[in-house]
Amino acid sequence: MLESSKESLKLEAMKRVVGLIAKGKNASELFPAVVKNVANKNLELKKLVYVYLVRYAEEQQDLALLSISTFQRALKDPNQLIRASALRVLSSIRVPIIVPIMMLAIKEAASDLSPYVRKTAAHAIQKLYSLDADQKDHLIEVIEKLLKDKSTLVAGSVVMAFEEVCPDRIDLIHRNYRKLCNLLMDVEEWGQVVIISMLTRYARTQFISPNEMLRDTNSEKAFYESDEEKRKSAEETKPYAMDPDHRLLLRSTKPLLQSRNTAVVMSVAQLYWHLAPKHEVNIITKSLVRLLRSHREVQYIVLQNIATMSIQRKGMFEPFMKSFYVRSTDATHIKTLKLEILTNLANEANISTVLREFQTYVKSQDKAFAAATIQAIGRCATNISEITDTCLNGLVLLLSNRDETVVAESVVVIRKLLQTQPSEHSDIIKHMAKLFDNITVPMARASILWLIGEYCEHVPKIAPDVLRKMAKTFHNEEDIVKLQTVSLAAKLYLTNSKQTKLLTQYILNLGKYDQNYDIRDRTRFIRQLIVPSERGGALSKYARRILLAPKPAPVLQSAFKDRDRFQLGTLSHTLNSKATGYLELSDWPPMAPDQSVRNVEVAEAVSRSTLAFDSDEGPKNGHSCEAGSRSGSGSGSSEESSSEASESDSESSSDSDSGTEQKKQSEAKPAQKVRRSSGDGLVSVCDRVCVCVCQQLSSPVFVPVHTYELLHRMTGKGLAAQYHFSRQPCIYDDRMISVQLTFSNNGDHTLENIHISEKTSAGQNIHCFSPIECLEPEKSVTVSMGVDFNDSTQAASFQLCTKAEGFNVSIQPAVGELLLPVTMSEQDFSKEQGKLQGMNESSATIAMTPESITSQPLHRKVVNMANVGVVPSGQNNVHRYQITKLVSSGALVLVCVVQKDSGAQLTVNTEKTIIGSMLLRELQTVLSAP
Amino acid sequence: MIHSLFLINNAGDIFLEKHWKSVISRSVCDYFFEAQEKAMEPDNVPPVIRTPHHYLINIYRDKIFFVSVIQTEVPPLFVIEFLHRVAEMFQDYFGDCSEVAIKDNVVIVYELLEEMLDNGFPLATESNILKELIKPPTILRSMVNSITGSSNVGETLPTGQLSTVPWRRAGVKYTNNEAYFDVVEEIDAILDKSGTTVFAEIQGVIDACVKLSGMPDLTLSFMNPRLLDDVSFHPCVRFKRWESERVLSFIPPDGNFRLMSYHVNAQNLVAIPVYVRQNISFFESGSSGRLDITLGPKQTMGKTVECVVVTVHMPKVVLNANLTATQGNYTYDPVTKILVWDIGKLNQQKLPNLKGSLSLQSGAPKPEENPSLNIDLKIQQLAISGLKVNRLDMYGEKYKPFKGVKYVTKAGKFQTGKVVPKQSSRLLFDKTK
Repeated sequence: MLESSKESLKLEAMKRVVGLIAKGKNASELFPAVVKNVANKNLELKKLVYVYLVRYAEEQQDLALLSISTFQRALKDPNQLIRASALRVLSSIRVPIIVPIMMLAIKEAASDLSPYVRKTAAHAIQKLYSLDADQKDHLIEVIEKLLKDKSTLVAGSVVMAFEEVCPDRIDLIHRNYRKLCNLLMDVEEWGQVVIISMLTRYARTQFISPNEMLRDTNSEKAFYESDEEKRKSAEETKPYAMDPDHRLLLRSTKPLLQSRNTAVVMSVAQLYWHLAPKHEVNIITKSLVRLLRSHREVQYIVLQNIATMSIQRKGMFEPFMKSFYVRSTDATHIKTLKLEILTNLANEANISTVLREFQTYVKSQDKAFAAATIQAIGRCATNISEITDTCLNGLVLLLSNRDETVVAESVVVIRKLLQTQPSEHSDIIKHMAKLFDNITVPMARASILWLIGEYCEHVPKIAPDVLRKMAKTFHNEEDIVKLQTVSLAAKLYLTNSKQTKLLTQYILNLGKYDQNYDIRDRTRFIRQLIVPSERGGALSKYARRILLAPKPAPVLQSAFKDRDRFQLGTLSHTLNSKATGYLELSDWPPMAPDQSVRNVEVAEAVSRSTLAFDSDEGPKNGHSCEAGSRSGSGSGSSEESSSEASESDSESSSDSDSGTEQKKQSEAKPAQKVRRSSGDGLVSVCDRVCVCVCQQLSSPVFVPVHTYELLHRMTGKGLAAQYHFSRQPCIYDDRMISVQLTFSNNGDHTLENIHISEKTSAGQNIHCFSPIECLEPEKSVTVSMGVDFNDSTQAASFQLCTKAEGFNVSIQPAVGELLLPVTMSEQDFSKEQGKLQGMNESSATIAMTPESITSQPLHRKVVNMANVGVVPSGQNNVHRYQITKLVSSGALVLVCVVQKDSGAQLTVNTEKTIIGSMLLRELQTVLSAP
Repeated sequence: MIHSLFLINNAGDIFLEKHWKSVISRSVCDYFFEAQEKAMEPDNVPPVIRTPHHYLINIYRDKIFFVSVIQTEVPPLFVIEFLHRVAEMFQDYFGDCSEVAIKDNVVIVYELLEEMLDNGFPLATESNILKELIKPPTILRSMVNSITGSSNVGETLPTGQLSTVPWRRAGVKYTNNEAYFDVVEEIDAILDKSGTTVFAEIQGVIDACVKLSGMPDLTLSFMNPRLLDDVSFHPCVRFKRWESERVLSFIPPDGNFRLMSYHVNAQNLVAIPVYVRQNISFFESGSSGRLDITLGPKQTMGKTVECVVVTVHMPKVVLNANLTATQGNYTYDPVTKILVWDIGKLNQQKLPNLKGSLSLQSGAPKPEENPSLNIDLKIQQLAISGLKVNRLDMYGEKYKPFKGVKYVTKAGKFQTGKVVPKQSSRLLFDKTK
């Protein structure tokens, strides 16, 4: 039929062949006939031939080569579907000879216009790699190229290829990290899983642990102990600020918890578990519990992961405890897992509920499960000491249960429990000895024998009797019981040899001729140990100490205890052993690696955000660009950057009167940014830029510099620090005020590494200066820093550290320094003033000497006190000063001085009434002074 | 990732195999059979089995085991989820996912599997896209195909695959534009013998059937979205809108799909629609027992409770049941020990009752645990949580669609008569001091 000229017949034949393949029958002898049809025009027939080829090409390599040229032609087909499927088949044919052809095809397809073909190329990379690992270097090049691809279609596949071919080449990810985070929402669900797990590994190597801080606060105790420790912990307690990229990852994955795909939810959950700060992990709980509604197999995996998590964090799942109650219809392995979780979650508060629930499980018809429950009760009893007795009593009652497995399991658990506190429970041992005849499960019998032997002193009467019974039935017992009988005999011989000497000898004789060599060995050993022989065995002296040594109680612990060494959600975690190709999750690095490696993306983010502003004129474009890059390094999200950009955009348009100034300012800023990003060492250059910016901003006002003392040289042990407000726009952030710090070394030895270590005041944002490497004696150095005072006169306090010591210092802002001058016309001034009437206005009258009212001195005084701009005034007796406030609000502050005959009327208008009244008071004192 | 797939029926025959990488001998399934034997019941087969060289991840669905062979590390849920997706796709294409259906359509199955996975990595799993690549079989099409020789394989790449809305195909046209939404809620509850709620929660889904032309953009809003405690969405739903406004905004896939599933966790607020009075007892002497069950409507908000079925898993020792039902009929299967009582509609005036004696295996000890009852029911036109759809708006297209919302409440895992230890057992575990 395959040779037929009719297509429908051929198709029919091919369908049958595929049917054969599906059933696993061998159809390889048809190979030559099938290969001929590879060039057929019918798409379905072609596909079926492809299926056949992929299945048998490996076996018939020579013949398969015949078809290669067809694929090569198809790779050039205008239809992307055909191109893609040709590449798929070509790469699926595992014939080593065509490796170069495949390589070529992959390279071409990687730059194909269709993302679908590029996706196929990413898949083909893995196939080629598994066929010929030597091509690795070339393939990495292709991967690198495809990683840059912006299509959501490609992202998942190429990351998959990355994981398979070169998972250690973390450096390839850096530049694409932010893009991957931002695209994540739109990638198809399977790709999401792969990308998330890759990013988890990536983040573990690139960011520092968010939970580090907690540990350090504990070590803070050491802070006051000795100088050396102090320095060390001072370094450690550097406040943790999450890397914005780290935050970006957490933020962009969070919505995926709502995915319908359970694998995606699980992978986000594991990402949060491994990466998020402790207090944020809880958000995954609800989603994980939701997964328990899904299919049986999904439940199994999710429960396993919850079991591991619940050991470390009980609190996470405790509110959902009822979700882990076992249902009679659950499969056994699910029941056992739920039991495990319930045991993990049990604590003093909820133990009674848990035990009551266990009580029902013990009665379950599924006996394996009932036995597991008893073990769980045992574990609860050891974990929570208050209920040990209660549990023990409960378990003893279970001994009279009709079911054998239940009884046996209880015995074993009781033995373990008793070992922790044997002395008080001789009655339980007696009870068990009584039950001994009815118990047939070997493990349980052995346990009872061991118990009696171990604590034979507590039950001196019963023990020999039990031994007597055992001697009678010795040959019918299981090996494990026989072994315990021998040790019981030995122990009794040592403690109570009068009654049991003959019995012991009888049992040892029985053991000597047993079929099992273990028992024969043990018998021989025991005999030599306890029966004094003529050779006077040196060991027999120690027999008592050997056999009756107190034994440590067994620890009952969860089987999931050490599972957390594997990444959650992985196959290795499920199996609790390393699966092939498992990639270890590295520990957090102690220090954050350079985060600027990911920065290339910023340029792209900017270009994207500027797209929205294309219609705007040049300067504004620059402005948005600046905002984009700031948030790029600050918060990392392009979305936020665009919103911020538009915010600042609207801001600048709202006070369009000062537009020219604003524009200049915004023009100047990108320049600063560029310098700043190129390194922190260029502060002085920035300062120079600042000066010129300042001059543009308002008419130069030269005032004598007020310096305040930050640190006296006595308290600072040689280090003295002074600060003054430079009255320049801050280069770090336009909400900050720039402060110049001058350090001078008045001591006699060099001070090293002067830096700010800890910001103690809350709510204030401080941009630190770069640490000063060293300061020679009698030298001084000036640095600048930025402080956001949030429009208040609250002092910014921080810790100033040298290599050896730390000093708590604070910068007290004067109200006048919280301002930034702006120029505006007189009309605008009156207009603004009109808006700020009523409670926004505060005024006072000052008595002044006539000569001081003349404009020059008055002006000087005002300017000395506050950073204000002058509004040119038409009237001679009116002086207007106009200021915008720098910090957060950017609200206007208007000051007006009107001359009167015997003094002056002073008016301050501002939204921030507190600042207004403070400013008024300060001005009042300054102006009324002669 | 996924190396090979074997489909195995309950009898242990491998009736389909597919390999995405080099061929793996079907003898690998022996490990699976071993585990299956050990597990006794198909439900108890562990989903992940380790063999010396491979890992087998399997799901059991519709009496078929889907066994996939894995060679390297991969998140197990990834594979499990995918296998379920495959099963759903078969269901979608062939109406049901049975051995017969798969065997009949083996070529389409093969073509589907080929499209869904490439080198073991999922390629296209959206039903809309697959349906464009491979047309589902219909009688008419198979007739036409056999005459003209045309194929059921799509010629071009579905446009959806490349667009940002991969779930919707382009150029959809309907003469009647309709959008239907089914709000289906399931009550999961455990009641104790006295009828007190031990545990109750509501799980709901909104299934949609949208047949709209063009590229409609829909917005669905609820009267009381605060009820929803935990939600998961079809990828088409815009998460941001939900976060900020609590409305579902989406471009729907074409045809049937599950828009969202949600969870209402309100322990006290869950209305239990029925009450059960039951008395099952086994006599210590003599091999018999008594059974007496009565059902009645409780909080039904004025709606009728329909399709009520009570299932009881009897203990192994129960040989037979001799009962009389005042309504509906009952069956007892002595092999599986399952008693099924199909009641039908619940009548307010005459409460259905099932009464009679049970015969036990003679000489066997009486079962310790009284069996619990599983109840199945259905209430039309009611979402028991009180969730209500407020309105559906359509943007982006000009025509006026026909809209409809249907509410159904069902019983999920509804168990009653669970023995919660009372006085006697408390003696065991209550804190003594």
